[in-house]
Amino acid sequence: MNPANYVLLSAVLFSIGAIGVLVRRNAIIVFMSVELMLNAANLAFVAFARMNGNLDGQVVAFFVMVVAAAEVVVGLAIIVTIFRTRRSASIDEPNLLKY
Amino acid sequence: MNGGAVGIGEAIVFWVSGTLAVIGALGMVISKKAVHSALFIALTMINLAILYVANAAPFLGMVQIIVYTGAVMMLFLFVLMVVGVDSSDSLIETIKGQRAAAFLLGVGFSILLIAGIGNGLMETSSTGLDAANAAQGGNVEGLAALMFGPYLIAFEVTAALLITAAMGAMILTHRERWMPKRTQRELSQERFASGAHPGQLPAPGVYARHNAVDTPALLPDGSASDMSIPEPLRVRDDIRDVDPAEIDEVRQLSADSSGEDDGR
Repeated sequence: MNPANYVLLSAVLFSIGAIGVLVRRNAIIVFMSVELMLNAANLAFVAFARMNGNLDGQVVAFFVMVVAAAEVVVGLAIIVTIFRTRRSASIDEPNLLKY
Repeated sequence: MNGGAVGIGEAIVFWVSGTLAVIGALGMVISKKAVHSALFIALTMINLAILYVANAAPFLGMVQIIVYTGAVMMLFLFVLMVVGVDSSDSLIETIKGQRAAAFLLGVGFSILLIAGIGNGLMETSSTGLDAANAAQGGNVEGLAALMFGPYLIAFEVTAALLITAAMGAMILTHRERWMPKRTQRELSQERFASGAHPGQLPAPGVYARHNAVDTPALLPDGSASDMSIPEPLRVRDDIRDVDPAEIDEVRQLSADSSGEDDGR
């Protein structure tokens, strides 16, 4: 087996995440799809680090994890705030900026 | 395991964990309920952690389990609890044909990616991390040397980012109180001003023969108090009749006992 298979797997997971973001209407599931895409990118970083014999890829994956954690906190807070005012978690609902 | 080539054991781990990760990802996109989606993506993340460990990144595998499955997914579940578990998707399409177009786009994108990567990477050799890890004495030590060496500034900025995120979450979810908190005194005055019965309702079944809840309490004049019967029974008119003879008997008993008390 070639280590490049890890990169292929990460491409598959990234694509599934992208489809999730585009197809689903529930804000929380869209958010989970974004997390999946971040994770897929991490898997690619780890695989590349191993293929190149260089730990920098793992450090970058670590930073991606930290940024993802911060992003989740703020994103979920926004979802909760929108849910409080609009009583809905659908991403079609918030249209106040439209007018 | 940290060598460049992939052994047969690692291949098995890859195919099992990789399949499970893809199943979890597909389940996350497909499943109707948000809670099921959260559990599916937790499955994906655990399997990704296994793949990290197999891929010469034991530290990242542990961090993945602690940060993602431990913290992030539990946060997701908490928010699902706040937002409501049954907040499923609306089926109205705001843009016509958007779903089908998005699906086609995603499939095309994945074919493109896989074909491109497959073409580009199949010939590559893999160095492995043995030398890089050995330079500092291990994977964690190697990561630490990088993180506190060349990447120190980025690491420090990360701390600022985390604190800002925590502040942001607190400010976003903070709710300002726009009415002064009502004191206990005000609540009590309100309760009495409404004119309703201010205290507890009398308990049912308080005389000697029965203590079932459908037995009304007796008022001092011997009549039954409807207030002592729980609301559902009262509505169904399921109240036990009080036999006047029993009341007399009870009164006699109580008079006797109080006489005994006086004599003591």
